[in-house]
Amino acid sequence: MAGDRSARTDPDTLSWYEATARQRVTALADPSSVREFLPPTERRMSPHLPLFDLPRAFDDGIVVGEATLDGAPVLIAAQEGRFMGGAFGEIHGAKLVGLLRVALELKPKAVLILFDTGGVRLQEANAGETAIAETMRAIVDVRAAGIPVIGLIGGRAGCYGGGGLIAGTCSRLAVSEGGRISVSGPEVIETNKGAEEFDSRDRALVWRTMGGKHRRLTGGADAFCADTVSAFRRAALDLIGRAPAFDLDTLEAEQARLEDRIARFGDCHDATDVWRRLGVNDPEAVPAMDTDAFDAIVARVGEMDHDAR
Amino acid sequence: MTLAEILTSMFPDGHDVTVQDGLVSGTGPFADGRITLVGIDGDTPLGVDGALRLSRSVLDAIRAGDRAPILVAVDSDSQRMSRRDELLGLNECLAHLAKALLLADRSGHPTIGLIYGHSAAGAFIATALATRVLAALPGANPSVMDLPSVARVTKLPLDKLNDMAKTTPVFAPGLDNMVATGAVHVVLDSEKPLPRQIRDLIADLEPGDVRDRLGAERGGRPAAHDVARAVIDQAGRR
Repeated sequence: MAGDRSARTDPDTLSWYEATARQRVTALADPSSVREFLPPTERRMSPHLPLFDLPRAFDDGIVVGEATLDGAPVLIAAQEGRFMGGAFGEIHGAKLVGLLRVALELKPKAVLILFDTGGVRLQEANAGETAIAETMRAIVDVRAAGIPVIGLIGGRAGCYGGGGLIAGTCSRLAVSEGGRISVSGPEVIETNKGAEEFDSRDRALVWRTMGGKHRRLTGGADAFCADTVSAFRRAALDLIGRAPAFDLDTLEAEQARLEDRIARFGDCHDATDVWRRLGVNDPEAVPAMDTDAFDAIVARVGEMDHDAR
Repeated sequence: MTLAEILTSMFPDGHDVTVQDGLVSGTGPFADGRITLVGIDGDTPLGVDGALRLSRSVLDAIRAGDRAPILVAVDSDSQRMSRRDELLGLNECLAHLAKALLLADRSGHPTIGLIYGHSAAGAFIATALATRVLAALPGANPSVMDLPSVARVTKLPLDKLNDMAKTTPVFAPGLDNMVATGAVHVVLDSEKPLPRQIRDLIADLEPGDVRDRLGAERGGRPAAHDVARAVIDQAGRR
């Protein structure tokens, strides 16, 4: 499936944030192991975008396929944040749903979802919303069958709206500095509640509140990666090996974990208040820290690892 | 129908359902046993606190182990849009509520959504759309986003969107459109007692997720079922 250029991309240097969905998949998986389903040559395009005079993509902004990772079979979906902000349209969502459903038959070692999405594609809002609900049900079915579903988040569109809910349904999440996980996006909050509630132009506020470091420090993600494909690959392999079961005990533990978070940090105004309360000595320095320095903080605070997801 | 009317119809002999801060929870007699009710009333937005209170009720119902049905009654706003909610991980809390409902279904509790007012976006996904079968009452108004907001985001004139909404179910707000996409399985009759209608829904529960098939049959989501099927077919072909 891959062109020569993406086949040659070096996972150690390829920026996850800058890469396309297909480059991420190709460089993440074992060399030459990817087989894409409904590839662009089949031209499964949105039947709805022409009504809005909008251009379409041959893959509707998502790559789905199978590959191997360290020799083990995996299923992979990767959203393309450059097309319609990686948003869930009818075809886009159905490709992901189909991939998750077939996981029950193929029983791969894991399903990897490379999120890069603003949420529902508003031009196909009802189809996108329903597809998100179908995706969450399908993830639960896959997890209950003992197959880990791992989310990797570090793309330019982040992981917003229904994408955030899907991420919260996964077994494990890896996130990079560039990955943002949230339901309402900054612009949505500002439009509805005003700039006093959330100033979407304050990019530092966006990263502090929704970015990968805050999610990792508060247990919203299970691994923090440098912005390279290799880092995400290592994280994926590690997380596959320690995915929590999907059962009542896990959800009871998650209930307690989230209740505890709100009890401890519910009166915090800013992420730096949360980090200070977690025991981070110099919370103002966290946003500028490199991965090694941040890893050291994570190791020292040491309470964000859990099986409660 | 209002929540009070729903409760009267569902539980003519009484119930212990309470509403606090727009969050509904409790139980009442149903068929030969009881039914658990959780939900959101009064167009209330769903934030981190509310989501965890509802999920607590659902997990308690699972823990009880009686496999009683769970009715998720919804007249909500969208997710609560605030800096605090996102700071505290609203995505995890909403997903947790959805997972609790999906686990209940897997654990033998029939889960039935009942949308009787508004609902939108993340609140809709975390509640009604996480049930096995979603019923609506006439007058319900589910949506993803209202048209003025869609106009802002898509940069299309509102007049044009209003025109398109009349013929294009895939993006327009409203119950008919959510029925057409298969998200809402059935519209109930508010003139008839609800318990019998809910019982029939439970008796007719189909295995698996039938929403994409319904969307294809009803024409509101013409391609999704075929596309999901095609992925499965190609994946199985080695």
